[in-house]
Amino acid sequence: MSALTIRNVKKSFGNTHILKGINLSIEAGRFLTLVGPSGCGKSTLLNIIAGLESPSSGEILIGDRNVNQLSPKDRDIAMVFQSYALYPNMNVRKNILFGLEIRKVPKAEQAAIVDRIARMLQIENLLDRKPAQLSGGQRQRVAMGRALARDPKLFLFDEPLSNLDAKLRVSMRAEIKQLHQRLKTTIVYVTHDQIEAMTLGDYIAVLNNGEVQQFGTPDAIYNDPANRFVADFIGSPPMNFIPCEVVGSSSQGFGVKMTHEGGDFVLEASGDLKPWLGKHVVLGIRPEQITHVVTSRLDERGVSGHACPVHLCEPTGPDTLVTTSINQTKVLARVRPDTAGTPGQSMDLMFDMNKAVFFDPTTGERLRFQLLKAA
Amino acid sequence: MSKSEPLKIDAVIDLPDNNPKDTANHPATQARTEVAKRGRRGTLELWLPKLVVAPSFLLSLVFVYGFILWTGYLSFTKSRLLPKYDWAGFIQYQKLWASERWWVACQNLLLFGGLFILICLALGVLIAVLLDQRIRIEGTLRTIYLYPMALSFIVTGTAWKWMLTPGLGLEKLMHEWGWTGFTFDWLVNPDMAIYTIVIAGVWQSTGFVVALFLAGLRGIDDAIIKAARVDGAGTWRIYTRIIIPSLRPVFFSTFMILGHIAVKSFDLVMALTGGGPGYSTDLPATFMYTYAFTRGQIGLGSASAMVMLGGVLGIVLPYLYSELRGKNHG
Amino acid sequence: MVESMPGVKQRPLMRAVVYVPLILTAIYFLLPLIVMLLTSVKTMDEIRAGNLLSLPATLTFEPWAKAWDKMGGTFTNSFMIVVPAVAISTAVGAFNGFVLTKWRFRGSELLFGMLLVGCFIPFQVILLPMARTLGLLGLAGTTGGLILVHVIYGLAFTTLFFRNFYVAVPDELVKAARIDGAGFFTIFWRIILPLSGPIIVVSVIWQFTQIWNDFLFGVVYSSGETQPITVALNNLVNTSTGVKEYNVDMAAALLAALPTLVVYILAGKHFVAGLTAGAVKG
Repeated sequence: MSALTIRNVKKSFGNTHILKGINLSIEAGRFLTLVGPSGCGKSTLLNIIAGLESPSSGEILIGDRNVNQLSPKDRDIAMVFQSYALYPNMNVRKNILFGLEIRKVPKAEQAAIVDRIARMLQIENLLDRKPAQLSGGQRQRVAMGRALARDPKLFLFDEPLSNLDAKLRVSMRAEIKQLHQRLKTTIVYVTHDQIEAMTLGDYIAVLNNGEVQQFGTPDAIYNDPANRFVADFIGSPPMNFIPCEVVGSSSQGFGVKMTHEGGDFVLEASGDLKPWLGKHVVLGIRPEQITHVVTSRLDERGVSGHACPVHLCEPTGPDTLVTTSINQTKVLARVRPDTAGTPGQSMDLMFDMNKAVFFDPTTGERLRFQLLKAA
Repeated sequence: MSKSEPLKIDAVIDLPDNNPKDTANHPATQARTEVAKRGRRGTLELWLPKLVVAPSFLLSLVFVYGFILWTGYLSFTKSRLLPKYDWAGFIQYQKLWASERWWVACQNLLLFGGLFILICLALGVLIAVLLDQRIRIEGTLRTIYLYPMALSFIVTGTAWKWMLTPGLGLEKLMHEWGWTGFTFDWLVNPDMAIYTIVIAGVWQSTGFVVALFLAGLRGIDDAIIKAARVDGAGTWRIYTRIIIPSLRPVFFSTFMILGHIAVKSFDLVMALTGGGPGYSTDLPATFMYTYAFTRGQIGLGSASAMVMLGGVLGIVLPYLYSELRGKNHG
Repeated sequence: MVESMPGVKQRPLMRAVVYVPLILTAIYFLLPLIVMLLTSVKTMDEIRAGNLLSLPATLTFEPWAKAWDKMGGTFTNSFMIVVPAVAISTAVGAFNGFVLTKWRFRGSELLFGMLLVGCFIPFQVILLPMARTLGLLGLAGTTGGLILVHVIYGLAFTTLFFRNFYVAVPDELVKAARIDGAGFFTIFWRIILPLSGPIIVVSVIWQFTQIWNDFLFGVVYSSGETQPITVALNNLVNTSTGVKEYNVDMAAALLAALPTLVVYILAGKHFVAGLTAGAVKG
């Protein structure tokens, strides 16, 4: 059964269209992340789910109930906010209990719940403190505790980790994921951080300009992006986009023509690019698909090595990012540190076209085609 | 695959564990009855905030805007001791601008307002800057500058009236201290009496300016000053070129507040000079009061009130407009 | 602040340049209070014989007793007006500010702008209709009438204070409380009001001093029985009949100043901090 259904939800203020018809649906127990750049409408969508804003049109169903007309308190939801929104005048215990108190949960039950939550989140020793006396990470835990206390049908997270420092963010991320695995709650999680979206979500909805660009599993979003926006937004460093022309390749297949200071070469595509033969397309290839040359792999289909000029080397530790230039476009490769070339000279880079994708140069839409059968 | 067509739901269906076509058979009717049940409460919730501000809205509508219109109407009648509602055109305004006393009141307002604002600002900024120099007794001094703010203009007027009484007050003090030639008769001198109001007004309101500017000075980003210091600027230059210019909004607010105090000044004049000698220290506010309430000239009083309103709104509305706009953008 | 920079020597001459004007101006500000105090404990004979700053040879509290005799009733009148008017206008201002920041609706900004104009109009423009209206309501010359007037024309300021304060309270707090199931009033009582201490202080002090110190409304709308103290003081000082008793005038003036001075000395710090926060931001 689906725990949350969003059906053709639109939101506009006058002529400003914040959401342009959103359709999403997840089953109970799943973790959905809404990701997109700021201003894409993801927080508005979350507020609409919560009932804090109302949609201009469309329906929200929680469980099988249409909640459009219900106020937030009647929607059986809990929410964790970016700023934590802990009530500053109440101590941690009161913060956690506030919602239960309003709902007139019996005192004994309240105490039991606080105990359970505090143990689960390891905040037993903080119960009598005021929010001002807590660190960022502790506040984050309390905010989650407050949401968990009521055991609602649906949890909403609004960029809950954005205010934490980088290290804490990573550990809290893992904790949230663990918590979800243990409690099997249904979660909608808004973030602008694509890594958070990838690591946490069972499903990801990538939003931009008030529209869902793609909705799918992290794997689908990463490896099978619907359009250039999604391909660009997900992944760090982002995918390389190289404008190029489709040509026939040596082995009856098709390829794309690459040009740089050192000359031309053709990258063989794994698919049937016949409809675009002679036309211009955009090749999308992730940095990790352009690596140092591994001789044993050069025989594989779609894998080839080419000498490329090195413009810049950025060591990240585990590997080094090498910048080169192809078709007058900056192209990033991810190579083993000891193989990285010297700026100003050239090095051999191995292109693996098996996961490469192609986009329409004007619309940015993904070009779909049949895979060619192995020769 | 294009943007967000219903296709996306199908995308879910492709995934494992999903119940296909779940969306098709929703018990929508059931949901709707529930909505209806909660509808009334939801509506109340929606209306409650508006209900709460409604009384203020109505009060403002009637007692501010309605009354302005009422006064405006009265200013076009021949009302004297009792209001009459027969339209009489601009007769009261003609009378007003033909009145020597009204002209004196307006000139006094310009003179008093101008000096009052100028001296308060100059003195206030000076004191604020000096107080900002890590003064050991800053707390005590601040209290001393600020306490007149707590007083009524009537009290201020009473105190200064006593001190400026010729023959008994300051004059006598100076004589006893050996300056026997000292005369100070401004209070009873029609040409100079308006300046006594400036003196008392400045005494009362400068503390406010000090407080505003001190807060402004303390609110300036230290980094800017450090940067200027690194660039080689000296203290004087830092104040004149960086700090004071960056307090522009404070200047603006202060100017508005002081101007407003000046226009409204009524109590101070009443207590200090009563508008006299003669009507040499009349301000529009006392003029209006005199004509409307002691001379039984309601029409003329209303006309003078409307002119005052026009003057104030001419200054304030652009300010309010920019203020509200600024807040919306911020 | 600037002096604290390293490399700037604190020369004695510079210190003098800073301290001398400060102390001179402080004297200017203190002088009237000292004069009032001294005058109020001297006999009229001594006043005629000495000068403003001469110390009293014999302390007399006769003038204070006389002043209380004449003004004690109006002192109480002022309290009867001030306390309810401050309480009501502050409470309503708090609700208004809460709605205008946390429950915005179409037109709420306009409403705020509309209310704000009330801060700036010269009250002369509403004096006559108000007098007529109070008469019609049967409130002319009553304490209730004055309370009403002060509440109505104080609302703009209290609303402004609370609105500017609540703007800085995160909206998410209200959202969280709504999801927790709290309604309009619960959120106000349980979440917002406990945070409002500083601004309540500002609003109460402002309204208290404004209303206590008011003269215009008092002189126009009160009758002999309900006269606030400022009006009584003005009458006392500006009567041309009888011998002028400056010592009684000063004692009466101090009496009229006492409550606001006490409030200012006790809580002035918070007031200035709260008030300037808004004004400087603007």
